[in-house]
Amino acid sequence: MNTFKIGGVHPEPNKLTAGKKIETLALPRQAVFPLSQHIGAPAVPCVQKGDLVKVGTRIAEPGGFMSASIHSSVSGKVAKIDSVIDASGVRKPAIFIDVEGDEWEPSIDRSDKLVLQCNYSREEIIERIKNAGVVGMGGACFPTHVKLSPPKDCTIDTLIINAVECEPYLTADHRLMLEHPDEIIIGIKIILKVLGIERAVVGIEANKPDAIELMISKTTMVSGIEVMPLKMKYPQGGEKQLIEAVTGRQVPPPPALPASVGCVVQNIGTVFAIYEAVMKNKPLIERIVTVTGKSVTNPCNLKVRMGTPVSQLLEYAGGMPEDTGKLISGGPMMGRPLLDASAPVSKGTSGILMIPQSEAARQEERNCIRCAKCVQACPMGLEPYLLATASEQSDWELAEENWIMSCIECGCCQSTCPSRRPLLDWVRLAKNRVGGIIRARNAKK
Amino acid sequence: MAQKLIISTSPHVHCGDTIERNMRWVIIALLPALIASFMYFGVGSLIVTATSVASCLFFEWFITRVFLKKPSTLADGSAIITGILLAFNLPSNLPLYMIVVGALVAIGIGKMAFGGLGNNPFNPALVGRVFLLISFPAKMTSWPVPHQLTAYADAVTGATPMNLIGQIAGGNTAAADQLPALKDLFLGNIGGCLGEVSALALLIGFVILLWRKVITWHIPVTIFATVAVLTGIMWLINPVLYVNPLYHLCSGGLMLGAIFMATDYVTSPMTAKGMVWYGIGIGFLTVVIRYFGSYPEGMSFAILLMNAVTPLINNWCKPKRFGEAVK
Amino acid sequence: MSFILTAVLVLGASGLVLGLVLFAVSRKFKVEEDPRVGQITELLPGANCGGCGFPGCAAFAAACVKADSMEGLKCSACKSEVMQQIAAITGHAVEVGVEKVAVVRCAGTCANRPGTRVNDGARSCAVRAMMNGGDTDCFWGCLGCGDCVSACKFDAIHMDPETGLPVVDQEACTACGACAKACPRNVIELRNRNKLDRRVYVSCVNKDKGPVAKKACAVGCIGCGKCVKICPFEAITLENNLAYIDPEKCRLCRKCVDECPQHSIVAVNFPPKKSAAPVVEAPSEQPQPAAPAPAQAPQDNTELNENK
Repeated sequence: MNTFKIGGVHPEPNKLTAGKKIETLALPRQAVFPLSQHIGAPAVPCVQKGDLVKVGTRIAEPGGFMSASIHSSVSGKVAKIDSVIDASGVRKPAIFIDVEGDEWEPSIDRSDKLVLQCNYSREEIIERIKNAGVVGMGGACFPTHVKLSPPKDCTIDTLIINAVECEPYLTADHRLMLEHPDEIIIGIKIILKVLGIERAVVGIEANKPDAIELMISKTTMVSGIEVMPLKMKYPQGGEKQLIEAVTGRQVPPPPALPASVGCVVQNIGTVFAIYEAVMKNKPLIERIVTVTGKSVTNPCNLKVRMGTPVSQLLEYAGGMPEDTGKLISGGPMMGRPLLDASAPVSKGTSGILMIPQSEAARQEERNCIRCAKCVQACPMGLEPYLLATASEQSDWELAEENWIMSCIECGCCQSTCPSRRPLLDWVRLAKNRVGGIIRARNAKK
Repeated sequence: MAQKLIISTSPHVHCGDTIERNMRWVIIALLPALIASFMYFGVGSLIVTATSVASCLFFEWFITRVFLKKPSTLADGSAIITGILLAFNLPSNLPLYMIVVGALVAIGIGKMAFGGLGNNPFNPALVGRVFLLISFPAKMTSWPVPHQLTAYADAVTGATPMNLIGQIAGGNTAAADQLPALKDLFLGNIGGCLGEVSALALLIGFVILLWRKVITWHIPVTIFATVAVLTGIMWLINPVLYVNPLYHLCSGGLMLGAIFMATDYVTSPMTAKGMVWYGIGIGFLTVVIRYFGSYPEGMSFAILLMNAVTPLINNWCKPKRFGEAVK
Repeated sequence: MSFILTAVLVLGASGLVLGLVLFAVSRKFKVEEDPRVGQITELLPGANCGGCGFPGCAAFAAACVKADSMEGLKCSACKSEVMQQIAAITGHAVEVGVEKVAVVRCAGTCANRPGTRVNDGARSCAVRAMMNGGDTDCFWGCLGCGDCVSACKFDAIHMDPETGLPVVDQEACTACGACAKACPRNVIELRNRNKLDRRVYVSCVNKDKGPVAKKACAVGCIGCGKCVKICPFEAITLENNLAYIDPEKCRLCRKCVDECPQHSIVAVNFPPKKSAAPVVEAPSEQPQPAAPAPAQAPQDNTELNENK
């Protein structure tokens, strides 16, 4: 079974909700839309206080080339344009909408009927994706219309669909595959058309045999789409690791892009959103969120309207357990800690995880014993012990020499260190500083 | 009222490994060799091991708590391991005061003088052992014959396979008749330091360490391979003077050194490539000292010399970076 | 016997020869340096703190000798008499700069600014500032991990374990600026010492709206603007919900101190006022010993956080 060659760890999968069908969460009373839910420039509001909106009404326009629009997921009245603290921990401007009823924009096709044939041209498809505000749903939130327009000098030959979901606990992509495989296949065909290529590979981790079987059965008759089961190892779902496992090619260090090795990677949730955007005229207004945790009473997979406060998801799942130490947006390896449950669900919220105090609290940091387990674990071939020490000493030069900008912040190193050193904390700091130094250097040139 | 949320950044879970867990499994991996040493050297082994471990613990406690006035570090298990490994490098009839001196040097100079666990450039047990070897050469190079279970200081000594190999290489072909059978070398039915006699027991320990992912295979296997190749070449050139590589692998401190001493985290390289060069260096130096140096056994010196080279190896041998080939 | 003599003669002779070689080489390859550079370096504190902008005291001395005037060249770590002496050596006039001191503009002690979260990550302000890793609801103030303390080369700033804030030793502080640079939230500012080391400043850097700031910290600036109105010298400006007192314009009249409803404005090193108004004292200049202050409010800050 294919896999990536360097490093990797094997955390407990804890896929508590793998067997739970997706349930639709009720509408919130107020929906909050941060203007920056994607990589790139924040969106610019195109509504103001008092405006009435429907489900699917555009409320913010892209703020630049690398940006995305935002649509209301609810119908009601714009209450205010204020700020909110989201999963990034930073206070950001956001649009607040008081919910009234559930009226949708008439242009949206709300029926369940499968629309099989895509007759739009390549440019039309990209325009529809852009107008629907589709961004990467795996967590990175890269504007999809930009990703599907790779640089002219890159020859793309393979589309890779990321259905790996290597993070423990999360099962949103798994359930989406089991419950909407047909839409996904159509979405893949749409993307193949946009890219003008003929080969797509759906990478699925071996711990989802039911999804693998289903997707294989759906693609046997479809030429150009193959399903590749991948060995269970974290971070198999990392873009670079996935490309290596599927094609054997390694993406060069930054600033190189996957496109430079002929690949475009899309999360399977994004594929579904593309289907809805292109075939159903439906902008990105809801997503699947796994609400989970060992002490959670009712762990579940929910279909949630964007902007719903996390507290509402917690309530549905039986409330935040008493022993909760961390409330996380995402998975346990790369997710972001939430400051409290008032943060809204946004385009990148793949899961809400509650980790008990006993597991989440860090142990005391000790001296590095030079066991080299972090070096063995790092999937990018780096030396975390060295990078972390360089960062502690503010030795940015040493950090840059040792390829720190290749770090994908997967967390393998810190989760392995017997001395409980906060390796990734320090590496993130150094990445920030070295990134600034590199930008300044490039600007001078 | 729920407690305050923790907001430190990812990763939010840990595989559960600790320094203590690794040390615990090293001690467990040393148990087969410890049992073998009791079986072959009886009371002598018990006395030497107990004294060594107790002294190491005492000195570490004393230096940490009384001199440095810091919390005790005994619980991490590394002092116990240094004690056991030091004992394994000593003959079973070594006088008590020498063992204590060895422990003092191992812990005090080999480890604490550099800042404690994680900071020492040289393997502490070997620092202690080499100090004793140079200070008390006579006592450190006379080994009791096995199966004198109730003897300690009065044990009868005899030539070890390592001595005999050296004599054979020097031209004394009569010594070849005295060389024990390979089977004895493998099981440990020979003279030598406490922990080095039983290749079988040490290999069991190796398997335990690999199974529990305490060490990787690179260093021991590279050392074995290098020694086997070099001694093999010499054996092929002149089988009368130079013994079969298997004798080399099973005698002297080779197995003990390769599996337990060279693989010490703090003093060995951090990358697979580095570990291979390190292993080659140790193997090469061991063979050179065994055949061309005046000491019968070269492992301790070889490891210490390569410990000194480890920082350089770490600088030169970087891991294979993702995307390096394409760059 | 003769063999000892030979050994002595040989070693003695080689020592003599090598000594002569060293002497000759040191003469031939001697680096000509203006002796004034050495003289100036002697006068400087030798801490290599970098406050002058040069990498070390010797580099600063070299720059002084090389430059045409002393403009822009100032060692903030040494007293003005020393700068005068340096001026005498170089032959250029030196302007007497304003004496400054590092000021920690945050009064968010554990009592004033309750902890609402826990951060058990790396103990570094720089790391925590990247992800709003403070353990209170104020996202602007001091993070308490002591990056400033590590940066100081004059041992002039220390964390007070009771308040969780750094305290500047005004005697030792040389205003080199290292702590201000190290603070990722720009809480520390170099402000004028003034006569008698007095200063008045807004001890807050919180730019959140008033109600948010007040909820996070009992003495946070809420941006009400009362201080701006009352200042007779127009020394106070209000921007982004935060008041700022211009150290150049402030005349230390202290009208703003009484006016501030949040007691965010601090006056340091003044004698107690005769009026009934509460006396505001600076957070202690030396870290107070841990006994016997009650857990709620450290003694020296009692007046500071008194809420009417």
